[in-house]
Amino acid sequence: MRITALIIRILRQIVRDKRTMGLLIFAPILVLTMLHLVFNGNDYTPKIGFVHIPESIVDQIDISDEKITEYKNEKEAKEDLSSQEIDGYVVFHNQSPSIFLEGSDPTVNGAAIKWIQTVLKPLQGNEPSLEPKVDFLHGSAGMGQFDYFGPVLLGFFVFFFVFLIAGVSFLRERTTGTLERLLSTPLRKWEIVTGYVLGFGIFTMIQATIIAAYAIYVLDMLMEGAFLYVLLIILLLSFTALTLGILLSSFANNELQMIQFIPIVVVPQIFFSGLFNLETISEWLRWIGPFTPLYYAADALRDIMVRGYGWDEIYRDVFVLLGFSILFMIVNILALRKYREI
Amino acid sequence: MEATKACISIRHVSKQFGKQQVLKKISLEIMEGEIFGLLGPSGAGKTTLVKQLAGLDTPTSGENFLLQEKMPSLKLIEKVGYMAQSDALYGELSAKENLQFFSALYGLKGKKQQQRIEEVMKLVQLSDHLHKLVSNYSGGMKRRLSLAIALLHEPEILILDEPTVGIDPMLRKSIWEAFYELKNKGTTLIVTTHVMDEAEKCDRLGMIRNGSLIAVGTPEELKQKTNSATIEEAFLVYGGA
Repeated sequence: MRITALIIRILRQIVRDKRTMGLLIFAPILVLTMLHLVFNGNDYTPKIGFVHIPESIVDQIDISDEKITEYKNEKEAKEDLSSQEIDGYVVFHNQSPSIFLEGSDPTVNGAAIKWIQTVLKPLQGNEPSLEPKVDFLHGSAGMGQFDYFGPVLLGFFVFFFVFLIAGVSFLRERTTGTLERLLSTPLRKWEIVTGYVLGFGIFTMIQATIIAAYAIYVLDMLMEGAFLYVLLIILLLSFTALTLGILLSSFANNELQMIQFIPIVVVPQIFFSGLFNLETISEWLRWIGPFTPLYYAADALRDIMVRGYGWDEIYRDVFVLLGFSILFMIVNILALRKYREI
Repeated sequence: MEATKACISIRHVSKQFGKQQVLKKISLEIMEGEIFGLLGPSGAGKTTLVKQLAGLDTPTSGENFLLQEKMPSLKLIEKVGYMAQSDALYGELSAKENLQFFSALYGLKGKKQQQRIEEVMKLVQLSDHLHKLVSNYSGGMKRRLSLAIALLHEPEILILDEPTVGIDPMLRKSIWEAFYELKNKGTTLIVTTHVMDEAEKCDRLGMIRNGSLIAVGTPEELKQKTNSATIEEAFLVYGGA
């Protein structure tokens, strides 16, 4: 009853504040769209090698192009491929081409395949069976750069905005005296924290659904697993953001001081979220990763979206995220003792 | 006939924030159904004392009893209405939504809730502005809405911290009429103020200066004892001026 009242009030406040609501939903969409456009651009010109190139083809393409290398045999080409001298090569066996790509960078893969297809197109005119076969040294077809770090960013934006907005709204509750007023009513301290978690939780569900659906269905982000698992992880992540935001807001005296937590608490989490290869991070810094919620959420989101895994692979992350939320909630309830002992 | 029971009993209460002593051994009894005024300059410790009575703070030493029970207690909190110095309203919400929210916290719902909302808004003369957003309210209107919220659950004890600041004399008069009405219904009111003429309207007064209670009595008594014409003069005499 009292919690319901608190939930309704929080939702009303969010809906009233159109600009903040817009920020929560459209800012992530805008940034994701921009990243999509930046990283899935096709401006890169690939370096391609040709092995056993038939005379008929040489006549049709300009082999003197600086991006093209000719090889006498496949072994040489493979060596250059391993040392990343070329991005891929085309081998002709009995006039039919097959492509071999280095494959680690999805942007380059796409560009190389596209380039080769364009070049070979004129040959296909009377022989439709000439569709080339594609092999990869690493990675796979169809995967974009955006697909790899998209899940991490999805989690990050939700964390970032929920942290900030929940923190600021609790801070305001404190500075305008409404927190004191709440505590002068029979409202229990755990009810305040729970009300906040559920109120913002409902809103985050809507926010996460819109953003995730946009990323997956409009931006075509890779999605191998279940949509519901994505929502579950994002929701749990937002709980940690929310409870951490509320907790840290008690160390801030105004909105500006709340924003000062971003470079200290929010941004560093990106480094440990798997956006950068964790193995390459200095060892004396690497231990921080397991203490950040985004580390687990990003891992789970990538498992679901890129690898198509289910509950068996993500349940550990789910429980760790839940643990973070519960821990922060308990600390919050204890912190409220400062304002009322009972 | 025995005099009316003590409703609030403050026993040897001291409060310290770090090195600063804000309240010094205050002992005071407030009777049921009276309007008790706490008079003193800002920074005297009035707010600290009433916050303790509302359960929002605890004494460093000493005890506060409300209705024969020790504060703070959640059971008592339901019987107390508290209006702080700051208006503590949600500006993004309408007056009605603010009232709905706080009444729900006290367990009022449905018809009863609606009826109480109408009653308190009539009392503070804001019935015409029920659906307005609070951010569009003037300072005086916010003050009155804040008062209305404190009255919602018909508390036995009403603690009002500077209730009439920023309210014009006409309205102040009608608000005091409301206070008397509540008193007649048996509500105990504690009102802090630094306005001397407002102090005259209280049944009894407690004068606070630098954290010490320097005098207690009816406005008449205090004036007589000090041979003063006004409360202000009496306050100066007790303050050692």
